[in-house]
Amino acid sequence: MSASNENIKDMIGQQYKDGFVTDVESDSFAAGLNEDVIRALSAIKKEPEFLLEWRLEAYRHWLTMEHPEWAFVEFPKIDFQEISYYSAPKSMADGPQSLDEVDPKLIDTYNKLGIPLEEQMRLAGVAVDAVFDSVSVATTFKEKLYEAGVIFCSFSEAVKEHPELIKQYLGTVVSQYDNFYAALNAAVFSDGSFVYIPKGVRCPMELSTYFRINAANTGQFERTLIVAEEGSHVSYLEGCTAPMRDENQLHAAVVELVILKDAEIKYSTVQNWYPGDENGLGGIYNFVTKRAECRGDNAKVSWTQVETGSAITWKYPSVILRGDHSVGEFYSVALTNNYQQADTGTKMIHLGKNTSSTIISKGISAGHGQNTYRGLVKIGRKAENARNFTQCDSLLMGDQCGAHTFPYIETKQPSATIEHEASTSKISEDQLFYCMQRGISAEDAVSMIVNGFCKEVFKELPMEFAVEAQALLGISLEGSVG
Amino acid sequence: MLKIENLHVRVEGKDILKGINLEINAGEVHAIMGPNGSGKSTLSYILAGREGYEITQGSISFHGKDLLEMSVEERAWAGVFLAFQYPVEVPGVSNIYMLKAALNGIRKHKGEPELDAMDFIASVKSKMKDLDMDEKFLYRAVNEGFSGGEKKRNEILQMSVLEPTLCVLDETDSGLDIDALKIVSDGINRLRDPARAFVLVTHYQRLLDYIKPDFVHVLANGKIVKSGGAELALELEDQGYSWLEDKKAS
Ligand SMILES: Nc1ncnc2c1ncn2[C@@H]1O[C@H](COP(=O)(O)OP(=O)(O)O)[C@@H](O)[C@H]1O
Ligand SMILES: [Mg+2]
Repeated sequence: MSASNENIKDMIGQQYKDGFVTDVESDSFAAGLNEDVIRALSAIKKEPEFLLEWRLEAYRHWLTMEHPEWAFVEFPKIDFQEISYYSAPKSMADGPQSLDEVDPKLIDTYNKLGIPLEEQMRLAGVAVDAVFDSVSVATTFKEKLYEAGVIFCSFSEAVKEHPELIKQYLGTVVSQYDNFYAALNAAVFSDGSFVYIPKGVRCPMELSTYFRINAANTGQFERTLIVAEEGSHVSYLEGCTAPMRDENQLHAAVVELVILKDAEIKYSTVQNWYPGDENGLGGIYNFVTKRAECRGDNAKVSWTQVETGSAITWKYPSVILRGDHSVGEFYSVALTNNYQQADTGTKMIHLGKNTSSTIISKGISAGHGQNTYRGLVKIGRKAENARNFTQCDSLLMGDQCGAHTFPYIETKQPSATIEHEASTSKISEDQLFYCMQRGISAEDAVSMIVNGFCKEVFKELPMEFAVEAQALLGISLEGSVG
Repeated sequence: MLKIENLHVRVEGKDILKGINLEINAGEVHAIMGPNGSGKSTLSYILAGREGYEITQGSISFHGKDLLEMSVEERAWAGVFLAFQYPVEVPGVSNIYMLKAALNGIRKHKGEPELDAMDFIASVKSKMKDLDMDEKFLYRAVNEGFSGGEKKRNEILQMSVLEPTLCVLDETDSGLDIDALKIVSDGINRLRDPARAFVLVTHYQRLLDYIKPDFVHVLANGKIVKSGGAELALELEDQGYSWLEDKKAS
């Protein structure tokens, strides 16, 4: 292998920085899954009857479902009876009322991750919901947001405080029967975030949820629901990390977005779950269902994701474009290194007239990484003048990795315009040599080139996240001048 | 400044350079001419440190140091600049970003602080003006979609921003129309300095109408077969390369 390939390897193969374990006493369920586990979970959360019923329906349906095998990923069969479905720090049992009552070890965990929970420490523009294993530890700026009419709290709290909203919207975008992992999530989800933006409100700050898996042998099953009422606007960010462990851990989340007339949601993810070691040992299985529905005319949603972590990523943030003139966007960077596998993409389902969607996918494969783009563009009978533009670019580093593209198109409307562009490239020795001849070090040159490759996606991220994403790829910010 | 002694280079089992000797002092301009395939680009790449060449004999010293021991970046930091015959495209990376990364890389290794962003942009813009380049090129991806002439001008822009001491220009004149050739030559002439040396690699003599060399060397079949003053270029213009090659062969 040539020197520059070594450089690429070193660059991409940086140490996982967030792999520490927080030493807290936890209340965890014994491993195993049955109706009693679900009843116990629901009881801890003091949930209303309707929600328990909904979970049980999901569970009973899940029992009849087969594990899906169509993704381009390989892993040993998961034994769902070996997973613990609930784990929460003991100190959270009495439900601390304010941050002062939260175990300092938990606050410290987030400090280490660069997410201080004290409001005065936070960058003023971002509110955070911090989820630790199965519970939300704290949500910042709740009061300030409430003044603007915005509800931002943990899912458990929303179930208690706003059951009518939960009842109205839960499962309306991703039903409790939707797919194998979505049904499992519906049965056992433990916490997550809830956001409600009332009519005409532009959320005064960025909202974010930070997911942390800490306990061993547990699964994290969170559920996020965001409702943007008519004419409202919100930008939401999501980050995730986990300790380094030799065992694989399951993370099966569901995210539902409801966007009404003239409303807009920007949803950004920087996913950095532990990816496993260089031999493919350990790491998170990240099997996620994310879907948005543009219910009203002119509704707009964009999914932006930077997926660098997880042993396996399997997710397709999708948009149902029901309202006329509604707009769906998907911007994705997925990096797989060592033995990581990613099968990710999107579904754009055009139902309304003049709906449009944009898909920009950038896959980077290094080491033995396997990177698959899988996307569906579906144009319904009534979706006159629907438009889609898809661009899938793959960047390969080395010759052991793979990039695969599966674009599916189904159209029942002759007036639709669908464009698809795809490319596969390697970081060329010529590019590296050229940059290095100009005095740019090998690592900086690689990160500059990778950064350039991802630019169209990074520019969609909120500034703060763009910085984090670039740092994650070992990339110094392509500055404000660029 | 630069001393090449008995340099032999092999590429993929084939001997390309077969004993080059060349000494270049600060302030001098050397033209290296020769037919296609004679090894001009190979020599340029060797100076810049490109991989894939086997140096079977000889040595190169630069400011008294062993150039062949230095990595590509180290050579750049030490003041070696290669204007590429075929400048490389770097999609998604803006020209200004790359210039800044390059200059700061070099400054860092000289122990100098990073340049103030405003001063930097102002100085780049004034250099672009000299090269008759539109400011919009600053924000375009490096060389992507540039015409041949625009790419060559961009090389000279980089050279004038980075202020190297040894400028190797590989066929910078090819692909330029007469107006562009004049602009580029003026750009190069502006950089002439008692502390700086130039190696102009060219197939044609016309560049030398604009940039008067102190020495002209003719490279054929991997060797310098003739050296002389500026007048040698004119002789070549009249007679072509074949008389030299024939002489060598006989
Ligand atoms: N990477 C390479 N692999 C094989 N042959 C090469 C390579 N690079 C250069 N050559 C050969 O070396 C000779 C000199 O090439 P080059 O230095 O590009 O000449 P010039 O620039 O004078 O036209 C040519 O015969 C060319 O085919
Ligand atoms: Mg050449």
